[in-house]
Amino acid sequence: MSKIFVFVEGHGSELKKGSLELLNAAKQSGREVIAGLVGPGTKALAAKAGQNGAKTVFVCDDAGLGHYNPDTFTAAVSTMVKESGADVVLASSSVMARDLFPRVAARLDSGVASDCTVLELSASGVKVRKPLYSGKCTAEVEFVNSPVRFVLMRPNQLPVGAADAAATATVREFPLPAGSGKITCKEMVKGASNKTDLTEANAIVSGGRGMQNAENFKILDDLANTLGATVGASRAVADAGWVPHSMQVGQTGKTVAPSLYIAAGISGAIQHLAGMSGSKVIVAINKDPDAPIFQKSTYGIVGDLFEVIPKLTEEFKKALHK
Amino acid sequence: MKIFVCLKQVPDTETRIQIKADKSGIEENGVKWVMNPYDEFAVEEALKLKEAKGAGSVTVISVGPKARVTEALRTAMAMGADDGIVIDSNEPLDTFWTAKALAGAIQKEGAFDMIFAGKLAIDDNAASVPQILAEALGLPHVTVVTKLTAGGTLVAEREIEGGAREIFEVQGPCVIAANKGLNTPRYASLPGIMKAKKKPLKEMALADTGVQASQLKTRLKDFQLPPEKPAVKMIAGDAATQAKELVRLIMDEAKVL
Repeated sequence: MSKIFVFVEGHGSELKKGSLELLNAAKQSGREVIAGLVGPGTKALAAKAGQNGAKTVFVCDDAGLGHYNPDTFTAAVSTMVKESGADVVLASSSVMARDLFPRVAARLDSGVASDCTVLELSASGVKVRKPLYSGKCTAEVEFVNSPVRFVLMRPNQLPVGAADAAATATVREFPLPAGSGKITCKEMVKGASNKTDLTEANAIVSGGRGMQNAENFKILDDLANTLGATVGASRAVADAGWVPHSMQVGQTGKTVAPSLYIAAGISGAIQHLAGMSGSKVIVAINKDPDAPIFQKSTYGIVGDLFEVIPKLTEEFKKALHK
Repeated sequence: MKIFVCLKQVPDTETRIQIKADKSGIEENGVKWVMNPYDEFAVEEALKLKEAKGAGSVTVISVGPKARVTEALRTAMAMGADDGIVIDSNEPLDTFWTAKALAGAIQKEGAFDMIFAGKLAIDDNAASVPQILAEALGLPHVTVVTKLTAGGTLVAEREIEGGAREIFEVQGPCVIAANKGLNTPRYASLPGIMKAKKKPLKEMALADTGVQASQLKTRLKDFQLPPEKPAVKMIAGDAATQAKELVRLIMDEAKVL
């Protein structure tokens, strides 16, 4: 039976949810799972990868990998994949993985199926589907002449399994690869938010023009903090400078697919819908009953968001025992 | 300074997508094609860089059916690009061979300083061709670039999680994939549009770029429309009632938290 390589990323002392989803999917397939971790401090996460399904964990834990560098990371991960002998490689579509894996795949003369939302693993096969044209249709991505099959999965599409505290993995360490020296990361500048990125968030609270000004986003922050959600925004709001562009959801912003998407004061221009229609449950709160957003929503509230949002925060606090 | 910009033509967001009867792809009749929005940032940055250096050329390049993609190339030339290359291909290529075709064509043109592309195309959201192109040419790449400073050394800022940024220094030719925020793309002026019609456009056959289209790594098939969403459930009442009911539905009916 062929092996599966899962690229695992950590967030502090935990594994990212997207990585856990893929470890579980790989484990459920019954195939041998090799996890790969890259960066300083990742060795401490190896045990967690083992408890979540990896039989072997490859780590490249080196201070020289403290900042992401496409050059050295490509070298490190390509070596790991080759050494693993896996013919399927799974990675969650994090900002890093999206940059890294097309290049790793190319180095191994292989194809990559990116932004996938459906993954089915069998004893030797892998079947994936992805949305196209902003979710207006979907298609299967079939691997044809690809020695290794690289799959980048959107987070929040698959279940996370229960960790087995007794399961242990063999850890193998890899040295820091030599880089070309043509590119170096000089600095990492922290963003305004230390929350989960929009593209990986399980819940998102987004505000549109109906928020009226930048200060009013405070009520969305409160709701988001209660839910453990990340705050997003429509293009109109980002273009007006109320929030940074990094918070924009939509065609020229981020494509998101959380379990819960709450749109407050967003009318639902097609460019916005293009970026969030993959969300499982969509809630629209808008004072205009004819706003197009309602047609894409699971639940709709016609009302004044300045009244509804604080009440919602209150109710969620009660329901979540906070 | 010799600069290339890779372009893709994509269906306009407003376009209705219909699937072919055999599910092998979308019906292209009636589709309105536009330049991929992220590629506009790439074109603008290339033009700005050339203007700052005071010399050089910007060549736009695209792979696809010649008659169709030429429109996108002419649009970029109307914005100010100097010339174009069209790699004529009626077959759908995967990201691997698209990048190989671009790499093959660019290599034929001799020495260059920089390649720009959009960070992703909005049709397949793959975000892969710039990196594969860089790998094929043995060059460094930086994607999701929101700021570029070209002094002696090139400094590229890349946007990561939560608006944080990684700042890269790059030596020599490289591939830069543009994000929104990098610049504000200019509009094509009327004289620009007139001039663009006369700018040189070179045609290349796919085979001349070294691409083996029969060796696709991945292939799209079984196109389907998304399942119809059930009708929206509207929640009535005053704000307090609405909030309470919504929380109940999310927790007990949808069970997403």
